[in-house]
Amino acid sequence: MKKEITPAELHCGAHGAAPVGLRRVTTPGEDLLRGIWRENPVLVQLLGLCPTLAVTNSVANSIVMGLATFFVLLGSSFLVSTVKRFVPNAIRISTYVLIIATFVTVAEFVLQALVPDIYKALGPFVALIIVNCIILGRQEAFASRQPVGRAVLDAVGMGGGFLIALLLMGAIREVLGSGTFLGVDLFGPRFEPWVIMVLPPGGFFTLAFLLLAIAWRKRARVAQAPARERSAGVAAERAA
Amino acid sequence: MMDDLTWIFFSAMVVNNFTLMLFLGLCPFLGVSARVETALRMGAANIFVLTLTAVCVWTLNTFVLVYAPYLRLIAFIIVIASLVQIVETVIKKLSPVLFRQLGIFLPLITTNCAILGLAIFQTNRGYGFFQGLAFALGAGAGLTLALVLMASIRESVDLGDVPEVARGTALVLVIAGSLSLAFMGFAGLLSSA
Repeated sequence: MKKEITPAELHCGAHGAAPVGLRRVTTPGEDLLRGIWRENPVLVQLLGLCPTLAVTNSVANSIVMGLATFFVLLGSSFLVSTVKRFVPNAIRISTYVLIIATFVTVAEFVLQALVPDIYKALGPFVALIIVNCIILGRQEAFASRQPVGRAVLDAVGMGGGFLIALLLMGAIREVLGSGTFLGVDLFGPRFEPWVIMVLPPGGFFTLAFLLLAIAWRKRARVAQAPARERSAGVAAERAA
Repeated sequence: MMDDLTWIFFSAMVVNNFTLMLFLGLCPFLGVSARVETALRMGAANIFVLTLTAVCVWTLNTFVLVYAPYLRLIAFIIVIASLVQIVETVIKKLSPVLFRQLGIFLPLITTNCAILGLAIFQTNRGYGFFQGLAFALGAGAGLTLALVLMASIRESVDLGDVPEVARGTALVLVIAGSLSLAFMGFAGLLSSA
């Protein structure tokens, strides 16, 4: 018997971030909010790194890419959750991929019509939303087991989290790399842009520093936690 | 003709390296680059699937998609997924040794963005059969090169004294950034790249 591999593992499971499944019962509010920060798909779960690094050399690109992914995730989660009862287990992943590919095709044509310049700048990465592990991972871990409403909330949260991560990367890289924000000049003519930030190495470095900052903060919190627990315990004793 | 193919090969391998310049196939690059041996196997599996994909994509583009261009993405992803499945079954039957060596990596790369990326690039640039083949081989060689470089660096870094907070993905990304910087030196190597 072959060990079954979940799609999230198929994609990116190899680098440590386990797909966030259903560890416990969650409230609808948590479904919506956890994707934004606590379980942010990019910054915490390390999923979908290819587009995060590739298209964030300007804020405009990041916004368009984030919105396109948001749309595909929302549409697929809604549809997968709606039809989950009719999909046989053995072909579920192919079904999800087909649904996702359909929405990506729609997104591709819409972007081509509305923002042709940015569409050209994004290159193959609009089409590559199909293989973005965030989307397939959410279908497998959440949308295929939950009612439609919760699946949509989850998709909004995760899509929003992805958009925020892209914006963060895009803002840092554009401000430092071209001295502009959304094309508006920030520092005047005497600013020497760090060209490297808008080139490929800049993407790697920016994400590395973001992850470092998050790891640092987490460590500081863990170090503080025992102290906080002690003081909470003291307070509880006093109250008793 | 030959010059053209060589140009495509080297362009895909170093100048526009899939991993370090185009950010395709980052997942295996970050995930299975801890040991040189594993990296080599992953690279081999990638070259294999990329080459087969190039052939399939050329067939699709020439005979099917001319009639229904809007089915492009859906057709690609279905063909790639089934291709890997078939290859896995065939190899398992014909050569159990090779199957054990490629092992988990075959299903892992089904949904690797490098494969779909190759299909899309090949279509957008209108490569013919041999050009597509050269492109796939170059891209595969480039992926393998990046993986092996990364794995060798990580093996050395393991012995170093790295601050605890920087261990893990952040450190790998810094290394990747430095490698990417180095590969930028190849830009302009081929004038029309």
